[in-house]
Amino acid sequence: MEAHSSEVFVIGLTVFFLACIIGYYVVWSVTPALHSPLMGVTNAISSVIIVGAILAAGPQGFDTSKIFGLIGVVLASVNIFGGFLVTYRMLSMFKKKTKKTKEKE
Amino acid sequence: MSSNMVAILYLISALLFIFALRGLSHPESSRMGNIFGIIGMIIAVFTTLMFKSVLSYYEIGAAILIGGAIGSFIALRIEMTALPQLVAAFHSLVGLAAVFVAAAAFYDPVAFSIGKVGSIKTASLIEMSIGTFIGAITFSGSVLAFGKLQGTISGKPIVFKFQHLINALIFLLIIFLIILFVINQSPTIFWTIVIVSILLGFLVVIPIGGADMPVVVSMLNSYSGWAACGIGFTLSNNLLIITGALVGASGAILSYIMSKGMNRSIINVVLGGFGGEQDTSASKDNSDKIVKQGNAEDAAYIMKNADSVIIVPGYGMAVAQAQHALREMGDILKKEGIEVRYAIHPVAGRMPGHMNVLLAEANVPYEEVLELDEINHDFPMTEVSFVIGANDVTNPAAKTDESSPIFGMPILDVEKSQSVLFVKRSMATGYSGVDNELFYRDNTTMLFGDAKKMCEDIVKSLSA
Repeated sequence: MEAHSSEVFVIGLTVFFLACIIGYYVVWSVTPALHSPLMGVTNAISSVIIVGAILAAGPQGFDTSKIFGLIGVVLASVNIFGGFLVTYRMLSMFKKKTKKTKEKE
Repeated sequence: MSSNMVAILYLISALLFIFALRGLSHPESSRMGNIFGIIGMIIAVFTTLMFKSVLSYYEIGAAILIGGAIGSFIALRIEMTALPQLVAAFHSLVGLAAVFVAAAAFYDPVAFSIGKVGSIKTASLIEMSIGTFIGAITFSGSVLAFGKLQGTISGKPIVFKFQHLINALIFLLIIFLIILFVINQSPTIFWTIVIVSILLGFLVVIPIGGADMPVVVSMLNSYSGWAACGIGFTLSNNLLIITGALVGASGAILSYIMSKGMNRSIINVVLGGFGGEQDTSASKDNSDKIVKQGNAEDAAYIMKNADSVIIVPGYGMAVAQAQHALREMGDILKKEGIEVRYAIHPVAGRMPGHMNVLLAEANVPYEEVLELDEINHDFPMTEVSFVIGANDVTNPAAKTDESSPIFGMPILDVEKSQSVLFVKRSMATGYSGVDNELFYRDNTTMLFGDAKKMCEDIVKSLSA
């Protein structure tokens, strides 16, 4: 990761706003029936914060920062595994139906 | 690995996350979407592990295993009816993780290339403290929402004097603390921000009642995304910024849809105190009116002789775990050649899409489950509406009575069907505290009892 300058911040801001717009359109296209799985998936992917936790836990030796990082890794992992799995469970229930009824709405 | 390579891998990961959400536009594509999400996450984690500064693989591996085991265990064991609590609990973890990552960056800024201890760059300090602030609010707000949904804390809104003033003052205090933190970079102030933000998170959710929880859960979902964004800015990490923004937008849209489903502004929901204690004048007027009461056999008879039945499930169905018995009832009716469909109000249940998941769990084909806009015009052509564990979302007062607290809320027009069956435990009012005039209509039959028991009894009568 490069140094933090105002340039980096502006790039981050650009990425941020573009991502918000993509998020806006993508989420509106989600069918209301799948709003619960949507929460499950967003829960799991927001735990990508694990990236920061890994960086903090990375260096050898033990200091405050590393302990915080490791706690962060544990918490985020609970969410990543839990979030994707519970979403999988939800979606597989929606899946079963298609075998029974072939017709689409 | 070169920093360009890292950036490209992170970009792929971000794109996969976008596809993961995109997949949810249809149940057919949704499972692939979830797999995209998983692949994206694996790429993100492994790319980060390749960093030169990351050396302690064993510790990190152990941490992932511990967290992963806990998460998998919970996700596989959880009852689908307890989903809203689970989601709230998961949100609290994202918030807490954000606080820990920010704290780690504060104690070891060199590892994140944002300066040295005591001389961290101002921009990073601001971003860090904002990330911490949102993370801490997400944490405590979600813990409280979890308590309310689980029933450990009363679901009733808790209101007290000067509540909003106090919250506003605490918010100002946090801004002041952040400024102070940026100036002197003191750990004491950092932790003070954390503690005060946690307090604010509790206070923000406390006045919001049980049935407004869909909005709260969505809002916390949104916050957890913004917290990730804050950390993303601190670390100048585009992947975190993109993902945080996606999640933030998703939660915000869900909150909007939910509030609209109640014809209330998000602000109104957030200020809280709705429901439970409205005056009972309306119900007094009705005390002398006659309610037609029926039993399972009556219900079975009415539905058996109908051509079409629309089932309107609500939170009561979830509480009674009645979805399986209900589906069984629907199957028998379908075998009799009766058209059976399900109508879902946007705010039915305790989280967005709650009813859909429960019905899917009970093997109800999703083609039979329709949203309010899709099915509302069919009620006049329908013979029987079977309302199970829902109340306010069917109350015609929302259209006619301007003084009603639910006036303007979109409702399912069950009143327009030829007859209405209401499965309810008692005559108690719904969440809004408003009496439902439908109960007293001639074509309404009240079926008092536990929703699951009632469905089972109806199934018995139908197959007899």
